[in-house]
Amino acid sequence: MSGYYFVTMAVLVLIAFLVSRAQAGRLIKGGVGQLHSLPNYHGLFAASAVFVPMLLIYVVGVPLLEKFAQAQALSFFGAETASDALHRGATLRDIHNLVAGQYSGTPSDSLVEAARSMKSTLWWGNALIFGGGVLAALVAIGLSLGRVSVAFRARNHFERLVVLVLMLCAAVAVLTTIGIVFSVLYETIRFFFDPSLKGRPTVTEFLFGTEWNPQAAMRADQGDIKTAYGFIPLLTGTLLITLIAILVAGPLGLFSAVYLSEYATARFRAWAKPILEILAGIPTVVLGFFAALTVAPLIRGWGAYFGLDVASESALAAGLVMGMMIIPFISSLSDDVINAVPQSLRDGAYAMGATKSETIKQVVLPAALPGIVSAFMLAISRAIGETMIVVMAAGLAANLTFNPLEAVTTITVQIKTILVGDQEFDSAKTLAAFALGFVLFFVTLVFNIIALTIVRRYREEYD
Amino acid sequence: MTDITASDAARVRRVDVTSSAAKARIRARYRREARFKLYGLAALSLAAVFVVVLIGDVLSRGLPAFWQYSLVLDVHVDPAAVSSGGKVDEASIRSADFYPLTKAALESMFPGELSRKAQKQLVRLVSTDAAMPLRDELVANPSLVGTTVKTPLILSATSDLYYKGAGTQIESREMRGIATPSGTSGEITVLSSANDFADALVHLKQRIAEQARSLRSEADRLELFAGDTVTARVKALRDEAEKLQQRVDQPKVEEELDNKMPSLLIAIDGGLMKITKLSDVSATGIVLLPLRSTDEAKPGTWQLVTYETPESNRKVTDQDVAFLERFKQLGHVEQSFNWTFLTAGDSREPELAGIRGALVGTALTLVVTLVLCLPIGVMAAIYLEEFAPKGRLTDIIEVNINNLAAVPSIVFGLLGLAVFLNFFGMPRSAPLVGGITLGLLVLPTIIIASRAALKAVPPSIKEAALGVGASHQQAIFHHVLPLAMPGIMTGTIIGMAHALGETAPLLMIGMIAFIVDIPHGFTDAATVLPVQIYLWSDLPEVAFKSKTAAAIIVLLMFLFVMNGAAIWLRKRFERRW
Amino acid sequence: MHTLVDKHADAVVHANLAAGLSTPKVSAKDVNVYYGEKRALMDVSVDIPDRGVMSFIGPSGCGKSTFLRCINRMNDTIPICRVTGKITIDNQDIYDPKLDVVQLRARVGMVFQKPNPFPKSIYENVAYGPRIHGLSHSKADLDEIVQSSLEKAGLWKEVKDRLNESGTGMSGGQQQRLCIARAIAVNPEVILMDEPCSALDPIATARIEELIDELRKNFCIIIVTHSMQQAARVSQRTAFFHLGTLVEEGPTTEIFTNPKDKRTQDYITGRFG
Repeated sequence: MSGYYFVTMAVLVLIAFLVSRAQAGRLIKGGVGQLHSLPNYHGLFAASAVFVPMLLIYVVGVPLLEKFAQAQALSFFGAETASDALHRGATLRDIHNLVAGQYSGTPSDSLVEAARSMKSTLWWGNALIFGGGVLAALVAIGLSLGRVSVAFRARNHFERLVVLVLMLCAAVAVLTTIGIVFSVLYETIRFFFDPSLKGRPTVTEFLFGTEWNPQAAMRADQGDIKTAYGFIPLLTGTLLITLIAILVAGPLGLFSAVYLSEYATARFRAWAKPILEILAGIPTVVLGFFAALTVAPLIRGWGAYFGLDVASESALAAGLVMGMMIIPFISSLSDDVINAVPQSLRDGAYAMGATKSETIKQVVLPAALPGIVSAFMLAISRAIGETMIVVMAAGLAANLTFNPLEAVTTITVQIKTILVGDQEFDSAKTLAAFALGFVLFFVTLVFNIIALTIVRRYREEYD
Repeated sequence: MTDITASDAARVRRVDVTSSAAKARIRARYRREARFKLYGLAALSLAAVFVVVLIGDVLSRGLPAFWQYSLVLDVHVDPAAVSSGGKVDEASIRSADFYPLTKAALESMFPGELSRKAQKQLVRLVSTDAAMPLRDELVANPSLVGTTVKTPLILSATSDLYYKGAGTQIESREMRGIATPSGTSGEITVLSSANDFADALVHLKQRIAEQARSLRSEADRLELFAGDTVTARVKALRDEAEKLQQRVDQPKVEEELDNKMPSLLIAIDGGLMKITKLSDVSATGIVLLPLRSTDEAKPGTWQLVTYETPESNRKVTDQDVAFLERFKQLGHVEQSFNWTFLTAGDSREPELAGIRGALVGTALTLVVTLVLCLPIGVMAAIYLEEFAPKGRLTDIIEVNINNLAAVPSIVFGLLGLAVFLNFFGMPRSAPLVGGITLGLLVLPTIIIASRAALKAVPPSIKEAALGVGASHQQAIFHHVLPLAMPGIMTGTIIGMAHALGETAPLLMIGMIAFIVDIPHGFTDAATVLPVQIYLWSDLPEVAFKSKTAAAIIVLLMFLFVMNGAAIWLRKRFERRW
Repeated sequence: MHTLVDKHADAVVHANLAAGLSTPKVSAKDVNVYYGEKRALMDVSVDIPDRGVMSFIGPSGCGKSTFLRCINRMNDTIPICRVTGKITIDNQDIYDPKLDVVQLRARVGMVFQKPNPFPKSIYENVAYGPRIHGLSHSKADLDEIVQSSLEKAGLWKEVKDRLNESGTGMSGGQQQRLCIARAIAVNPEVILMDEPCSALDPIATARIEELIDELRKNFCIIIVTHSMQQAARVSQRTAFFHLGTLVEEGPTTEIFTNPKDKRTQDYITGRFG
């Protein structure tokens, strides 16, 4: 159906374009006078007049039909089927398979009935959509042909449509944000307030609980492990790894940026910058591999040499590699803001007899401070939201500790662990992942907004 | 205006540059300057060292996986084994069990009596689907059925790693006496006419003494650090050292060899015996490779062989090493490029696993991403740059796009899961959903890059077009957009490279399943290269670590090519206005 | 003591004015400046007396600022810039490789076209120089230097209650006087001013000019200006630059009333510029 519909649509669009263009062309040959719009625009106008209604009919019609057909088919079964989501899904799948002729086994009578009803509903519905689409297209062609005239402003009409399409594209970005907010917010609210959910925590328990264990005991011999959704150990774990990362990336990134923008010759920069760019371009899954297989055993080995008991998934390994990941991030943003510090400030310091490093430390860096702070904030937000490195190199156990040699877990690791694999969508455990996602989104959003605002102000100050 | 009073003038002091204190101060300032500069250089060097170590590590782990050792043997293709219902055709060959054929071919290499355990171990040296090349050859040329074909058998991952150097160092020493073995298989004893075994025993005891010494020094070192765990370990080390020392202190007592010591073997009469008990006159042990006879061996014709790495420290047993070394000696081992890695789908067996499924999945996903985000991104950029009314709404959109670019990627995965899978009911694990999710992820990048490219086109171009009577849209689409295209393409390639390396959101929408088949469409279950890397890195087999690194090499190569293309594009079309 | 110092200062000024140039403070001989291939300054030779104001005038791009920046070697910060010839301060060659540029700049202060206070407090702005050059030995000492510098710059009364506020929050004229205070805090021997009033309104300009007039009793001041009126008001000697050459130099009154060169004549009568 879809295939036929779209082929027909393409043909009709093409016909509308060609016919209208030819009509407009005849007007020129007929010497009626100067056309306002080129024949092409008359064609494009007619084509869009066909395209838009046909698309709308399809986009609105097909889901409506689907819903209608399903409701009809389900009416052959009892009320309990319609109310139970699991049962309903299975029945619908059976009906669909039967309609498609892929049902294995002998179907029940009501199933056959339902399938027959669905088949006929779908057939009629599809015919209706198809007929409606073609009719709309023909009407559109007729109307737009009637409008082809010397004075008709086909171009302006068409261009208005183009602007509308452009605007819709820009709206996609906004819709994405709205989609994110609603999807995480909706599930989060259910997580905390849905009364039908077993084992859900209160907001206070979530925010201030010190135990995280979404997996309840499955068997008796596992002892009395209780489900607990205390967020604190995840927070401390995330913060610990982020702290290590910033301790590594902060000085290294900042010093790199200072050296590149203030000391390095153009030739040195041409060599050094690509190195940082390569580092920035390495996928995090590769860094995670490196952290888990090379850095972590190395740290463990050193720890053993000094008689320390280092976890094989220590926070230190994940933090170090994550620090390396955000070096280019800090250095390129800091580089930008350092370069934006006006030369006149540097001149002022040089003229006082300051050395280069004194100028940098006491004039350039303080002047660039807002920008550098926001670079750090963006880096922190990046580190908090980073997933693969911690998934591969950090642990799963939610230990409440600040010892970098022990294993900790992070928000992102828990989201990934809960949501990967088989999941029931309505359990508290699954919704907990969305609550974590909400926290993650919210925290990084706050960091980003503050940082971006600072950067914007800073740019305005020196522009 | 303040007048300069006498006291002011009296206080006038100029900067002192001549006194020694002043000179010291200036020297200190320059030292600080040099130090500061050094910090910058050190920071950059550290980043560079990290990049080099990372890439070096990946290359050294991954490059060997692009080569593969195989065992080239003569395999007799018994028509009965590859026919079904008396007929030999493609289907029957494809469904045939090649295990008996492989087993027979392997066993024909070792005439003589092999223990059942050894037989089992022999078959395990090759892959479970070792005869894959033979099968393909037979399908291509069915006339070979019934003949003896010289064909490569795929080695198991462990054997492959052994040939790649993950085994043990082997030393062989000629013996001086005349040796007499007591049998050709099973447990036998070898006697020597010279004091060969006495020497070997002394040598062995020396090694034990060495081991005890190193345990003691490790204990001494650890004692420098405090802590309960340390104390316990120190004690364990001391006890172990004490036990070893006792063995050394009794020089004449025979030694039982365990798998924590280097393995000692005797190569005699074409066979190989692993020593389990060594006294100063005889060696008792188990035959690994059957002896031809129990003939006396002349001095210089039999050797004492040492496998330096203790058996407990390696993946291959002494029996495996014996077999594999024999294959090598006889010239049956060949190395070739590992095409399987590039042409096969995923597998639980490392030697049969390939990345083709992941590559196809990646391509499908990226096609969806590109088709989605390039037009939308460019059009959104045109709208925001040219047509959007300057005001609050546009400001909000702009702030929103900048923020979206910094949202953690896993959150986009949550969006994909909640909206596309659960709300719209799209198929799980499909490149379609993965592509859409990644498209939304890189959309802000492309919008930002496209806007920058549009902004870089000087307004005079647009004004010129408007000046000759073009409409605003004609000016944009005919003049500004083509000039901005190189910049937009550069941004798009960088965005796509970003999408290529992205893993986390795809895990959320289930592109993490174990998928053997190569996906054929946008709605088939598939996985992508970064996820494949993640999946393999999690597997316990050593061979998969190497495969993982090899997959990383492929991924990095794609990324380098894409970024290289972006740089080339930028250089090629860079225009100064 | 009071009279003695004042008299001494006056005496030097008078002596200089009277005798022309007995002992020049700054002396330039055949100075050429190249930016890459481009020659920006051609064979400039000039002597500048101590305790007085010398102004450089000329049309845009004539090289007057370039020459000014040679005197404290600010051109060193531009990689492609190359200076030949000889400039001495108190007979010491400032391009001598053995001479330390950091110490040179402590002796030759500079005030820029656009006020460029550091993004720090007013106090820190002024204390910066004394601190890096080790001019003070105690906090009280530093306070005194800051106060006297701000007093000399005529800013003390306005800012004494808000020394810890940011220097960038003041008006343009105040900022420029802060920059002057910053420059004189280390008691340089020479102060270079690169169009110090071009970004200011007339009232602020008048205050700066008064200040310059005051400062000349203690410092050798060289000022680049676009405004001939300003040169006439504040300087005792004037040099006219044109297309990278020094056309004419002499006592200000003479340059403005009786120029020797036709180009100078054309410029000051407004025929070009």
